[in-house]
Amino acid sequence: MSLLEIRNLHVSVGGNEILKGIDLTVNAGEVHSIMGPNGSGKSTLAQVLARRDAYQVTEGSILFEGKNLLEMKPEEAACEGLFLAFQYPVEIPGIGNTYFLRSALNAQRKHRGQDEMDAMDFLPMFREKLKLLEMDDKLMNRSLNEGFSGGEKKRNEILQMAVLEPKLAILDETDSGLDIDALRIVAQGVNSLRSPERAMVVVTHYQRLLNYIVPDFVHVLVDGRIVRSGGKELALELEEKGYSWTEHEPVGARA
Amino acid sequence: MAAVAHIDSWLENFTEAEKSAAGRSLPWLHRLREDAFARFCETGFPTTKDEDWRFTNVSAIARTAFRPASAVRLAPGDTAAWRVDDAAATLVFVNGRFSAELSELDFVPKGVTVASLRGRIESHPEEVEKHLGRYADTQRDPFVALNTAFIGDGAYVHVARGVVVEAPIYLLYLSTKEEAATMTHPRNLIVADDEAQVAVIEDYASVGGESVVFSNAVTELVAGESTVAQHYLIEREHLKAFNVSTLRIEQGRSANVASHSVLLGGGLVRNNVHPVLAGEGGECLINGLFLGTGSQHLDNYMHVEHAAPHCGSRQFYNGILDGQAHGVFHGRIVVHKIAQKTDAKQTNRNLLLSDDAQIDTKPQLEIYADDVKCTHGATIGQIEENALFYLQSRGISEMEARKLLLMAFADECVERMQSDVARGHIERLVNEHLLFTEGIAPQSGTLGRVVERKLEEVG
Ligand SMILES: Nc1ncnc2c1ncn2[C@@H]1O[C@H](COP(=O)(O)OP(=O)(O)OP(=O)(O)O)[C@@H](O)[C@H]1O
Ligand SMILES: [Mg+2]
Repeated sequence: MSLLEIRNLHVSVGGNEILKGIDLTVNAGEVHSIMGPNGSGKSTLAQVLARRDAYQVTEGSILFEGKNLLEMKPEEAACEGLFLAFQYPVEIPGIGNTYFLRSALNAQRKHRGQDEMDAMDFLPMFREKLKLLEMDDKLMNRSLNEGFSGGEKKRNEILQMAVLEPKLAILDETDSGLDIDALRIVAQGVNSLRSPERAMVVVTHYQRLLNYIVPDFVHVLVDGRIVRSGGKELALELEEKGYSWTEHEPVGARA
Repeated sequence: MAAVAHIDSWLENFTEAEKSAAGRSLPWLHRLREDAFARFCETGFPTTKDEDWRFTNVSAIARTAFRPASAVRLAPGDTAAWRVDDAAATLVFVNGRFSAELSELDFVPKGVTVASLRGRIESHPEEVEKHLGRYADTQRDPFVALNTAFIGDGAYVHVARGVVVEAPIYLLYLSTKEEAATMTHPRNLIVADDEAQVAVIEDYASVGGESVVFSNAVTELVAGESTVAQHYLIEREHLKAFNVSTLRIEQGRSANVASHSVLLGGGLVRNNVHPVLAGEGGECLINGLFLGTGSQHLDNYMHVEHAAPHCGSRQFYNGILDGQAHGVFHGRIVVHKIAQKTDAKQTNRNLLLSDDAQIDTKPQLEIYADDVKCTHGATIGQIEENALFYLQSRGISEMEARKLLLMAFADECVERMQSDVARGHIERLVNEHLLFTEGIAPQSGTLGRVVERKLEEVG
């Protein structure tokens, strides 16, 4: 059984069809990259996977470990092991970073029938992850993402991922706006989680992240459809020729 | 204002109360009551035609013939749940009457007097006379007139010059279930002499079942020069309660006073906060939180008077309204001609959790001085879908996520409370209350029954 199976997925927002029949299969241990021009529907796909209900699925199915993902609420999908690193992480005043992350972890542990982690157990593990992402623990005393720089927010997403240890991580343009050092740190965080049991879907505009997180498959999304799929060399080709090249030579998408 | 309904009943109540009133042989006090009653009879209860009462209809109070609440004895065990640990002193009033048995006055610090007002009137009338009724205005507000006419019992707190009371003084007002509609008129006098420091918590709650009760409280807080004073008001009566309260603060030179109000319970609630910054360099913080659900009506009426130069006032009120609850924030700031260099700020933020919830927010600035800074702002919004989804996407349930967001919003107010003991007490009450707020549930209304049960248990 595949970790994720998307079949003929059609999604609309406010009456506009944005995804027009997506097929994608992701197996444990794989890294997939989704590339495509602005507005092609990459974030829409990511948000639908994370179960945002503003998007209407009009056709198709998504199975996550064989279970119907479309019947899950966002928190259920998360508890089942799905994680989305947001393109635009949300600032939430009044909720502390550390408190939030421990609550989230405990909600997931509870779902899996594990004991909740108290602060004594949580903090040493948390410090390890902070070190991995070279993050200042002073940031963690602040409210969730509040006043964080763009790069700090992205790193915070990966920190959350490192703590929650999902089975499937979807990274939505986690590389955008990062300088080369930050990019290296983020990639290091992501790679530390790579394992035969886990899979990643990396949404990006640029080849440069893929130098660090080497994908097994690359898919090109244009206007709500996957117009091309291939290996990591496809990303290089895209960088060279641009997306318009794919539009002229549509190829059935398969992974 | 309308003609007084049940005038015979009011007259009878007044005559009856006079017979057993504290210090009835004191001419000044007798006159104070008589004049106030005459004033009340003259004006009657306000109506929504009155600008100060535009958003709050008190006809349900005016229509009801109230009897004085009966004398009831509660065992210490009955009130254990309401205690504040670590208070400097505790005064408990049951149906408006001081209960020595339930109160805790053994550890009152030196230089501090904590007593029932009634007792103090009998033992030290001259001390009380210096302040009682000098600040709360019976001419402007019929409820103040009514309270003054029925001055019976309440708290008396005096802190001598330079004395610092670390822990708050806790005043608990409990009403019990009765057959008839009943009323109490708690009257409190808090006097902090120059350079003193004190914090007082007034907590209104119900015990036993629900019956129609009307609490009409007035507190005069006199803050001498360079005092630091905090006042906390908590309203958590059941939904059949009418609660009208007035806090009148008189601030001396360089006094630093804070008023914190937390409205959780009560069916129809009006909370007046009226500080007068009468000495130069005074600072006043007026901070409040109101959480309404069901058909609660919660009215916050501010009247901040700048009557001396170089004073600052800051108002922060946050409201969360669910069900068909109706909230009001009326923020009046008056800057007298002499009050140059006034810095007055007002912020009211509201979250509406249901389509039927309503908020009326109204700033009213009257500025007669020319060199002042006054700002005001109000917002009305919903729980942010973005924030909710972000929390849920990490595995936190929708209900828990809503709760976290509401708590964060409420915390903005709770965090301004300076006393750790008072803040801890209030934080606990607010958290418990939010747990049972309908709007937290994904489908509003599913927790309605739980809310009612909880109110019966906790008051
Ligand atoms: N909530 C929404 N309401 C209306 N339109 C939306 C909404 N979300 C997305 N869209 C539209 O759907 C289309 C796809 O948006 P999406 O964010 O998925 O693109 P993207 O591929 O992630 O683009 P980018 O590379 O700029 O991040 C765009 O035309 C966008 O305007
Ligand atoms: Mg996007």
